[in-house]
Amino acid sequence: MKKQKSNMLRGMMIGAGFVAVAAFLFTGCPSQQGMLDTRDAAEKVYVAPGEHDEYYAFLSGGYSGQLSVWGLPSSRFLKVIPVFSQDPETGYGYSEETKPLFQTSYGFIPWDDSHHPHISQTDGDADGRWIFINANNTPRIARIDLDTFETKEIIEVPNTGGNHASSFVTSNSEYVIGATRFSIPYEKDLDVPIDSYADNFNGALSFLSIDQETGRMNLDFQIIVPPYNYDLGRAGKGISSDWVFFTTYNTELAHTLLEVNASQNDKDFVAAVNWRKAAEFVAEGHGRTMDAEYYHNYYEGNQGFAVSHVKNEVTVLYPEDVEEFMYFLPTPKSPHGVDIDPTGEYIVAGGKLATVIPVHSFSRMLEAIENRDFEGDSNGIPIINYEATIAGEVEDPGLGPLHTEFDGDGYAYTSVYISSEIVKWSLDTFEVVDRIDSYYSIGHLMITGGDTKNPDKRYLVGLTKTAKDRYLPTGPKQNHPAQLYDISGDRMQLLYDFPTIGEPHYAQAIAANKITERVKQIYEMEENDHPHAVRRVGDARVERDGDVVRVYMASIRSHFRPDNIEGIRVGDTVYFHLTNLEQEWDVVHGIGIKGANNAEILVAPGQTKTLKWEPTRTGIYPFYCTAFCSALHQEMQGYVRVSAADSDVELVWRTGN
Amino acid sequence: MKLQSKIVMGLAALLLIPLFYMPFWSISMTAPQYPEGIGMFIHIDDITGHNRHDLQSINTLNHYIGMKEIHVEDFPEFEYMPWIIGFMIFFGLIAAVSGQLKLVYVWLGLMAVLGIAGLIDFYMWGYDYGHNLNPRAPIKVPGMSYQPPLIGCKQLLNINACSWPYTGSIFIGLSVLLPAGVVWYEKKFKQAK
Repeated sequence: MKKQKSNMLRGMMIGAGFVAVAAFLFTGCPSQQGMLDTRDAAEKVYVAPGEHDEYYAFLSGGYSGQLSVWGLPSSRFLKVIPVFSQDPETGYGYSEETKPLFQTSYGFIPWDDSHHPHISQTDGDADGRWIFINANNTPRIARIDLDTFETKEIIEVPNTGGNHASSFVTSNSEYVIGATRFSIPYEKDLDVPIDSYADNFNGALSFLSIDQETGRMNLDFQIIVPPYNYDLGRAGKGISSDWVFFTTYNTELAHTLLEVNASQNDKDFVAAVNWRKAAEFVAEGHGRTMDAEYYHNYYEGNQGFAVSHVKNEVTVLYPEDVEEFMYFLPTPKSPHGVDIDPTGEYIVAGGKLATVIPVHSFSRMLEAIENRDFEGDSNGIPIINYEATIAGEVEDPGLGPLHTEFDGDGYAYTSVYISSEIVKWSLDTFEVVDRIDSYYSIGHLMITGGDTKNPDKRYLVGLTKTAKDRYLPTGPKQNHPAQLYDISGDRMQLLYDFPTIGEPHYAQAIAANKITERVKQIYEMEENDHPHAVRRVGDARVERDGDVVRVYMASIRSHFRPDNIEGIRVGDTVYFHLTNLEQEWDVVHGIGIKGANNAEILVAPGQTKTLKWEPTRTGIYPFYCTAFCSALHQEMQGYVRVSAADSDVELVWRTGN
Repeated sequence: MKLQSKIVMGLAALLLIPLFYMPFWSISMTAPQYPEGIGMFIHIDDITGHNRHDLQSINTLNHYIGMKEIHVEDFPEFEYMPWIIGFMIFFGLIAAVSGQLKLVYVWLGLMAVLGIAGLIDFYMWGYDYGHNLNPRAPIKVPGMSYQPPLIGCKQLLNINACSWPYTGSIFIGLSVLLPAGVVWYEKKFKQAK
């Protein structure tokens, strides 16, 4: 049966080749044929100047550490939201207000690798309140408010080596999940030989609860699991919404040359965890308390300083301590994605080294658990018989299937890395019905409204790994591309191809109106609770306290108040607390100071931000507004006089005469 | 006056009450960089922005041409206008209760005087703000003044300013039209008699 099918496919492909040659011969220059298609595709992505796109798309920045925002279908770039990396463009990570967001138990970390954005959900649908994204290197999860498009919280995930299977939320945003990619010794800072892996190393699955009012995360508990590598995760939907799923690889327990040593077993596992049960066990006190050190950084109040809190404990649930709540589903072979269809019934694994796409059935999994249809256990976690849960295997999926999303119309779309294509297959027959090339080597893909109960069968974005010849060449290292496909019809159609920022590993797209209705235009000055805010122009002043000088500075078109400051001394630490008194949308002021070993800072209307400056040389230091705020922007400037450390120049400030 | 005339006159007086709760005039401005528009509402006792912070934005923009900042405290009109309107309501009710057509005439006369005085005041205020500019203003265009239009639209540099009656004025209009109707009706009734 299998053989027959692949013969048939080969036959079809040869046939298709003949048709293509014949078409070329009979129609002459193929570019004319292409013109019609191009016009058709151009019409579909054209959004007239001044018109808005239908969808917001959020593409992770990968090694840029950020999150970029785009409009679909035009594929217009809208914004980079800085998250895990300092951003000199806005002063994020350079201003005193944002520095605490970067604090970890390893100190200030200016960079990370952001992978999987996920929008908060209500009843299985993206609701546009917050978007979460994980840091893969120094394990963290960030929350971005979608009313301001700013990062408001970053929490470190302790006892984790690479928080890759993150940051996916459950159907009602009860939890955002994480998991360790590298198993490591769970005990904090344990110094052991690497080859004691099997004895000393563990995996950890993390469950962070979300406060429904503020969005604030809290590391509720971790589950200690066997020392595999946990790759990706997903929460269930509908019938499976009490469950989360993780893929594993390296069930071989390799700790060196994983490309070979972790590719030996025919099957690794999908871990199925009943999070609701686990949370109940924890609530009932079945967890153990372990030492840990992790930072929780967030904004307190409206727009003041981000603050860092250090936590020293974590609640840990050992599966053997309680009744069963998690299971392993054998799955070929080093699976990457684990994706749940909109009904919650099908659990699709992207076995990146497998020749098929295995599809597990959630209801059959429950039956197998009921019937104790197990083939053994791993650290006390039952392993369900493969045959008992498998609903189908999609054959001929191409080489290296990675990740799947769904259109809500009975079809799944799987990205296939090695053969560089997207395959569309039926959730009814598990047969491939369409395939289309990607440019080149696709990682994740994303469907508008994807990973929800109600995806929109409109657009698919393929996030690819190499651009090669796709655009004007930009040197040996080029930006990663994305392709936009129309999936509204029976066949997928490539519409557009555009370079992105960083390396998008995953993305989210949400109907624009779910966000536009909540986006703020300004920060209300009245609600500015920053301790160093200047509420009225008349409050602008300079204060000295020992070697610390605080400049309480106001900015309004087109001047700073004060704009002449004297009496600063070498050795002082000067804080420019700049308040933007504007209350008008998009009127931004910034400040840059000559010689400051810092970035500029940009201040949104109604906000206060602080630039720290430690002058090391005497002299006159110009500063100016870095944002073209108004007709007299160029006049928006001032001077600071820095005198010798022992000088007695009086501290004075002024604006105007 | 017939009973229905008294009722209508009384109603006309009461129709001034909404003026305490809504603006009766609006000045709206658009410019290339203000696609959403900004503007001011004039109430009998207040000036407010079309949107929450419009007044601040207008003052910010106006400082470039040296125009005085617009602050509610600077207009004594807002102190006594509520009293005048209050008096008119009281007077209208007296006219209704007494049933004297003469008083309705007086009402109409007073409303006309108030309306004209209001427009003159509004014009002078616009003239003052538009002409008395700070000589040290950053933007000086020779011969240019920035008086907003009394009624209608006018281009002032990059800003197209429009000045029109607003919802409260509908009630002012009704409180004139209804008593005028009363006069007409009463006269007709008299003639018929």
